[in-house]
Amino acid sequence: MSGSAVLLQFLNGLAGASSLFLVAAGLSLIFGVSRIVNFAHGSLYMLGMYLAVWLSAKVGFWAGVPLAVLAVGAFGALVERLLLRRIYRAPELLQLLATFALVLVIKDFALWAWGPEDMLGPRAPGLTGAVTIAGRQFPQYDLFLIALGPAVFAFLHVLLTKTRFGILIRAATEDREMVGALGVDQWWLFTTVFALGAALAGLGGALAVPREPANLEIDLALVSDAFVVVVVGGMGSIPGAFLAALLIGEIKAFCIGLGYSEITLVAEFIVMAVVLVLRPWGLLGRPLAEVRGGPLTEGFGFASRKLMLIVIVALAIAPLLSDGYALVLLTDMLVFALFAVSLHLLLGPGGMVSFGHAAYFGLGAYAAALLLLRWRLPMELALLAAPLAAAAGAALFGWFCVRLSGIYLAMLTLAFAQIVWSIAFQWDAVTGGSNGLVGIWPAPWLASRTAYYFVTLALCAGAIACLWRIVASPFGYALRGCRDSPLRAEAIGIDVRSLQWTAFIVAGTFAGLAGALFAFSKGSISPETLSVPRSVDGLVMVLLGGVQTLTGPVWGAALFTWLEDAVSREIAYWRAAIGAVILLLVLAFPQGIGGAFKRWFSR
Amino acid sequence: MTYKSMLGLLFLLSVSSAFGQTVKIGELNSYKVFAAFLEPYKKGMELAVEEVNAGGGVLGRKLELVVRDDGGTPGDAVRVAEELIAREKANVLMGTFASNVGLAVANLAAQRKVLFIASEPLTDKIVWENGNRYTFRLRPSTYMQTAMLVPEAAKLKKKRWAIVYPNYEYGQSATASFKKLLRQAQPDAEFVAEQAPALGKIDAGAVVQALAEARPDAIFSSLFAADLQKFVREGNTRGLFKNTVVFNLLAGEPEYLDTLKDETPEGWWVTGYPWSEINTPEHKTFRDAYQKRWKDYPRQGSVVGYTAVHAAAEAFKKAKSVETEKLIEALKGLQMQTPFGPILWRAVDHQSTMGAYVGQLARKGGKGAMVNWRYADGAKYQPSDGEIRALRKE
Repeated sequence: MSGSAVLLQFLNGLAGASSLFLVAAGLSLIFGVSRIVNFAHGSLYMLGMYLAVWLSAKVGFWAGVPLAVLAVGAFGALVERLLLRRIYRAPELLQLLATFALVLVIKDFALWAWGPEDMLGPRAPGLTGAVTIAGRQFPQYDLFLIALGPAVFAFLHVLLTKTRFGILIRAATEDREMVGALGVDQWWLFTTVFALGAALAGLGGALAVPREPANLEIDLALVSDAFVVVVVGGMGSIPGAFLAALLIGEIKAFCIGLGYSEITLVAEFIVMAVVLVLRPWGLLGRPLAEVRGGPLTEGFGFASRKLMLIVIVALAIAPLLSDGYALVLLTDMLVFALFAVSLHLLLGPGGMVSFGHAAYFGLGAYAAALLLLRWRLPMELALLAAPLAAAAGAALFGWFCVRLSGIYLAMLTLAFAQIVWSIAFQWDAVTGGSNGLVGIWPAPWLASRTAYYFVTLALCAGAIACLWRIVASPFGYALRGCRDSPLRAEAIGIDVRSLQWTAFIVAGTFAGLAGALFAFSKGSISPETLSVPRSVDGLVMVLLGGVQTLTGPVWGAALFTWLEDAVSREIAYWRAAIGAVILLLVLAFPQGIGGAFKRWFSR
Repeated sequence: MTYKSMLGLLFLLSVSSAFGQTVKIGELNSYKVFAAFLEPYKKGMELAVEEVNAGGGVLGRKLELVVRDDGGTPGDAVRVAEELIAREKANVLMGTFASNVGLAVANLAAQRKVLFIASEPLTDKIVWENGNRYTFRLRPSTYMQTAMLVPEAAKLKKKRWAIVYPNYEYGQSATASFKKLLRQAQPDAEFVAEQAPALGKIDAGAVVQALAEARPDAIFSSLFAADLQKFVREGNTRGLFKNTVVFNLLAGEPEYLDTLKDETPEGWWVTGYPWSEINTPEHKTFRDAYQKRWKDYPRQGSVVGYTAVHAAAEAFKKAKSVETEKLIEALKGLQMQTPFGPILWRAVDHQSTMGAYVGQLARKGGKGAMVNWRYADGAKYQPSDGEIRALRKE
């Protein structure tokens, strides 16, 4: 690269960093105060984009942007008051489920309101041209963005350090119970912060309009970028977010400038993994204050034992009633039930949130496929050996992850999952690249839907029973001890890290079994089995079922799989419908379906 | 209701669906994920079904279209396809958009021994390496569309080529085919830069900058949708296209071209569908019928959906049966009329010879349009039968 090329790519990186920072700052503020992992942050950005394009056509770009920002901010306030406020007292992470439902609803709303085609907005009047820098043309608008990022940063810095509002926000970020105890109206603070964060997302979206078309895929693409920036910088730290945005923006620009554009697929996740391994709380973050009151897990009472027996018997005679599609659907439900229960071991008793559980599911699926197709192992052997690959993956990643906690741990699992995903995506010769691998069918004696269903039933039921037994074993109790008070657990002689590491490996192994069963039931796999949406589905199933219950994840998996199948067949706007159902369930049963069952039975 | 009467009801239901009065096409597609392409596609299908049924249906029965959303992932798509096979008893499967979903459904079709007409996916593999007896594909493949652009590219005698493509199989194989075919046609061509941004996430400013640094004479791109729009805007602002000819697959399709409006870059060579200018009788008939039915103009997707349904109907008619094996034999070598003119379903690789229009982009009245276009017949842009047989391992 010549000197002027370096300069230009540096400027490109700055422009990218500015837009990243706007979104990340809002996310960081919201998390800092309310501890809400706002999945819908990308959707707010998308909403800002669509509104800005739409309003620009009516009142012009420069008037459209502030209007869009206000609208998104107001929408954020509404969401906080009508939805999130009702569930702050629910088990942690339920807010995550609620914001996930919002993602679905907002996406379909945008589709309904603005149609399926990408909307290319206007260029910013007055900044449409380019200036000559070092003999190259550089867009004026990008210069404007480069200036805007630091301006917003300065504004937020003054707001947070010099005003009473800012002091309250910082106090709440440190210890929100204490702020409440000192007589500050927490509710007002939460609403304002959420609205401010939403407005910043809306601003990011509106200002992206001159650079890219409003489209329906931007929400999820953006939210993961924003999370990475926030976590690399340190949750709740605005200067950290600024620094991280600069780092990631520049790294991406130079990957492209130097001709390694393929790396942009995972560049930010590699950065995140490295930063988190070296600095467990991000670049400028500090250890998070503990949120008081950990979750419990129910025992395995007589009632649920009886219920489970009935379920197993019903499942065993299901093939008598149908040999067709019902078995296909039940096979899917069983596989995802096992996936969800394995995730629950980490999430519930382990107290470790994983955003990347699909990594182990996918490793199991790919191992099964490769053992069958390349090593020519018999299918039965491939199925049973595949979980070992997932175990190996979980052992490697878990070793790093258990050294972190909370959201940082969650994001490191995500980073590893994305790295595995990108390897599967890119390594064409072995994994089949983005297309994946086909021809992964069961052995002839298991090829019929009925036979494969029985295998799945036997293995999943056995594995789930095994996982539940583990939760009720001394190991499980020790794990809960580590979750509720690592300090005391260590004091009585429990090796917290190695215990948590073991839990990672166990959970990974069983997720791998689910993945292998999945591969043989579909006959083909692609990087999708390793992707973020697969991990998110797992989380949704566990949370829908109830993270504090033992059997909840099974119900959650069954319900979610059935919903996706039934609703997508009957309703055109099925994503919004699923989102609405999840919202209703979240509001009606904050303890999850499993929790609702439990209360119902114990009445 | 007692258990027995429920069983009885189930039995009745299953019997009645097995002896239903319709011939069923089970269509699955990623209607939500690729809505811009697939809404016109659906309209095209519905128009064709109405036409077939107005003409007396097939085999004396009505043609029925059962439409499902496949969720856009291979795993969900396979489940949906199973539902169409097992519960709906679809006589033929049709649809899919993304290549990985298409391949997964093709793989299932071979396992369950059901005919699958892959209407949209472009991947070469679905008829080559992963081709199977039960799968046929309608649209011109990535290879075919790339090959259609190569003659124009070679004519220009440009030496320094830069390439930009979305980093997944479609972009990768378009790039590989282009390099191979251009080197054959013009041995002195050099490839000076290559950019592979992630699909939907192009950092257009940096990519344009990096391409400009390589000082190419010409660019081959397979970007589409949002990536293409960002690339065009940045390239226009930064003056990348001033002295560079660009070849871009698919950019002439109304789905992608219409969003560019007055920023449409003039002079680009593209494959696409100049719907307003094709005045052959078969296309006029189609366009008039479509506009009358939907009060909207046809897109590329409309033609594909429309033609796929007619292809299935023709296969039923020629086979005089709904049996899969007979349908396969009927489709092999089937000749039929389409809005793009007559096509043939090749027996060697189950690929239709539907072509595409090759032309240059221009601005007309603030909108993008194609000029200097010609129809490239898909039959002419194929590797030799021997090469294909080797790839299909037959």
